[in-house]
Amino acid sequence: MTTHDTRPGSSGGADTPGPLYGGPDDDYTPEQLAAMPREDLDRLGARYDGVEILHVDPGPEPGSPMEKRAIRQVGLLFTLAGLCAFAFVVVYVGSGWFFPDWQWDVTETGWSAFFTPLLGLTMGLSLALVGVGLVLYSKKLLPHETAVQDKHDGSHFDRVTTGATLVGGLHNSGLARRKLITRSLGFMGGGLGLMLLMPLGGLINNPNTGNPLGRTAWAEGVRLVRNDGSPIRPGDQEPGSLETVFPAVAGGNRQSDAATMLIRLRPAQLAEARPREGQDEFGYGDYVAYSKICTHAGCPVSLYEQETSRILCPCHQSQFDVTQGAKPVFGPATRSLPQLPITVDDEGYFVARGDYPEAVGPTYWNRERI
Amino acid sequence: MAATATATGAPTSRLGKQAVEIDDRLIVAGPLRRTLNKVFPDHWSFLLGEIALYSFLIALLSGTYLTFFFDPSLREVVYEGSYAPLRGVEMSAAYDSALNLSFDVRGGLFMRQVHHWAALMFVASIVVHLLRIFFTGAFRRPRETNWLIGVVMLVLALLMGVTGYTLPDDLLSGTGLRIISAIILSIPVIGTWAHWAVFGGEFVGELIIGRFYIAHVLIIPAILLALIAVHLLLLVKQKHTQFAGPGRTEHNVVGNRLFPTFAAKATGLLFVVFGVIAALGGLVQINPVWLWGPYNPSQVSAASQPDWYILFLDGSTRIFPAWDINLPGDYTIPALFWPTVVIAGAMFTLLALYPNIERKLTGDTASHHLLQRPRDVPVRTSLGMMGLTFYLVLMLSGGNDVFADKFDVSLNAMIWFGRLGVIVIPPIVYVLTYRICLGLQKHDREVLEHGIETGVIRRLPHGEFIEVHQPLGPVDEHGHGILAYGGAPVPKKMNQIGGARRAIRGFFKPIEEPAQVELEQRAEGRGIAADERRELTSSGRPSEGGRPSEGGRPSDGGRPQAPRD
Repeated sequence: MTTHDTRPGSSGGADTPGPLYGGPDDDYTPEQLAAMPREDLDRLGARYDGVEILHVDPGPEPGSPMEKRAIRQVGLLFTLAGLCAFAFVVVYVGSGWFFPDWQWDVTETGWSAFFTPLLGLTMGLSLALVGVGLVLYSKKLLPHETAVQDKHDGSHFDRVTTGATLVGGLHNSGLARRKLITRSLGFMGGGLGLMLLMPLGGLINNPNTGNPLGRTAWAEGVRLVRNDGSPIRPGDQEPGSLETVFPAVAGGNRQSDAATMLIRLRPAQLAEARPREGQDEFGYGDYVAYSKICTHAGCPVSLYEQETSRILCPCHQSQFDVTQGAKPVFGPATRSLPQLPITVDDEGYFVARGDYPEAVGPTYWNRERI
Repeated sequence: MAATATATGAPTSRLGKQAVEIDDRLIVAGPLRRTLNKVFPDHWSFLLGEIALYSFLIALLSGTYLTFFFDPSLREVVYEGSYAPLRGVEMSAAYDSALNLSFDVRGGLFMRQVHHWAALMFVASIVVHLLRIFFTGAFRRPRETNWLIGVVMLVLALLMGVTGYTLPDDLLSGTGLRIISAIILSIPVIGTWAHWAVFGGEFVGELIIGRFYIAHVLIIPAILLALIAVHLLLLVKQKHTQFAGPGRTEHNVVGNRLFPTFAAKATGLLFVVFGVIAALGGLVQINPVWLWGPYNPSQVSAASQPDWYILFLDGSTRIFPAWDINLPGDYTIPALFWPTVVIAGAMFTLLALYPNIERKLTGDTASHHLLQRPRDVPVRTSLGMMGLTFYLVLMLSGGNDVFADKFDVSLNAMIWFGRLGVIVIPPIVYVLTYRICLGLQKHDREVLEHGIETGVIRRLPHGEFIEVHQPLGPVDEHGHGILAYGGAPVPKKMNQIGGARRAIRGFFKPIEEPAQVELEQRAEGRGIAADERRELTSSGRPSEGGRPSEGGRPSDGGRPQAPRD
């Protein structure tokens, strides 16, 4: 088939635009357009887009002091921007070459301490100066025009014709009559959707197998050790002091639920201590051990004010009283910090007498049940 | 023109010929002209959304750079980099690579700080943009969809922030992650299951940083980009709203065409936003992760605060009372659930549904393209201020330990201030805002009726002193202005209606002729705005021989009106 084939259905032949071809080209011949000045063409196009240019304030007169000044300002800003950009390059490339090394040392206060600030200063200034230059350019040198564009609401014609096309397609599909197809489509859609969601099931794990939330690494006979792994004797701590201890198991000091506070009460505190019911024997002498994990949101409660016997959680300011079984006395926490039963082993080091009697950390839906 | 085209319009210049070649293939001339001709209204507050867009762009670019160096893994490594105080410390690979990024990559710290500042700026500009939309009523029909998309983007921006600042796995972000874990656990019924699904097991596990990472760099940004595209598409389609003013109607947009004025200004703003964020990123230190140290579940530092946009949730958590709800069967709804999941959910749901709520309450279902002045809608303005106050009290409570420390007040007092303040202060603000709105409305009406106070005192023949008022337009037989309030700002000072000539330009010496300026001022009649203004200012000036419609008071002969009754 050649391009000159004129048989019906061929792509060649007398290739002339059909009756639907056209638009503004039918209204304005090239000759007419060529005869119009540029400003008129601009306005003609704008008008075609529903825009009317009401007024143009032509900007400063060419050659006037106003224009010269504005040009000087904008030019200066762009030049400064370029200078700053080059300064950035010089600082970035030159550090460690003809400038001192950029790598920062804690002890150093020289060039490397200024490296990042200089990068920010030069790049920030450069970019901001470009921006200010552009704004000044448009404010002082460009003509100010006031234009109005029409805002059209939805067209009734568009709605009716689009609706006809859509309804026609739906009608031709016959879905309204062919019930078996609609139903099987619905069934298929539901099944497919469910099928595609299924792989997300890989995310689901049962949180209740083995009660991981209710259990920690503490067990009977596990030693209380410091962060560096050293065990603790009853004589090691001053009265009124607190030490964070961990179970003497591998990685015990990195476990998120095992951190425990070993507190030696002052005699005055000991005198007024009222442990929780059934936990009178959990301490050892004047020592008590409470979970460090806040029962509110799980932060480590860290700030011990021994004069008031209060432990404060720095995250949400829950306060616990160590003489009252670490009962929450202020703030959003609702439960006492769980107490670890402790004693001393044959060698005189602190050991746990078992795991915490309840789950440590934040409250959850079925905590009481496991 | 003649030099660039032949008689039939075929271009003769090289550039013109190339343009024709391109348009022959892509047929872009029509759409391009429509785009260039698009009119944008001119008001500074319409640029707030643009700031958000540009901040997002910077966050995207700087974030991509950071991914070249960041290792989102909780694998334990020993730090061997160049920051001496942490050398030999065990930490996660994520924290290790964040440190290397800061200390061993040239300009890495700068990029990290730029990224963080861009993120803060992103959320901040979204919030300010949202306030502008809210208080001017720009969310009304037909723009409810765009409001909804905006609120969803705000929520996504917050999620973006949370997943982002968790990634370095330093002590501060780890503490935040611990709280996130507790919040998920606190959800009734499904809490533990949800926690196991998100963390892959007990806190902290080994998966969470990798999961947050992919959410932070792929899932959420992809959704955000898609929503931004729809947001802008709808904006272009529905056209921008505008404030009421001369010549502005519900059916037009008055302003500048995209090309060249608006394009130049918008590009200028883009560069300024880039510049400010770059300067902040270099000069203002943010989140110095090397000072916090690696995350350790048994350590925390005082004044642990999240980024500012999450502070309100931290505050609500701090001031919420210790109210566990114990249900029969030993089930518990933890106190933590209410101030985090419920408060945040309620706040954002209310925000998202506000256009529908207002439509239901006012019965106003019409399309609106003219913005309202906040004073003209006192109920909405007061509601907005009330919500804002609620938010601000929560936010202040999020830093109550810092306030307690710096101002030496009791921490417990600060908490009680938050607990009571969050209930008591918003209604007070509502009433105050309402009264202020009504007062401003009244003042507008008063100026329209009696004119502007000129500050000129005149003594009448019988000894009475009056202040001379300049009416804004024609007056009726009682001397009252008959100009109706049209929702546009009412001039309140003589200078605003041309009472004084503008200042002569020039810094060290004048660069224009004073006489020329005087002439120019007199001849000034630019566009519809000036037409309106000329009508306002010329009327009633004695030098111009009285106002056009003299009403029933020829005796006053065009002199400024004294106030009556």
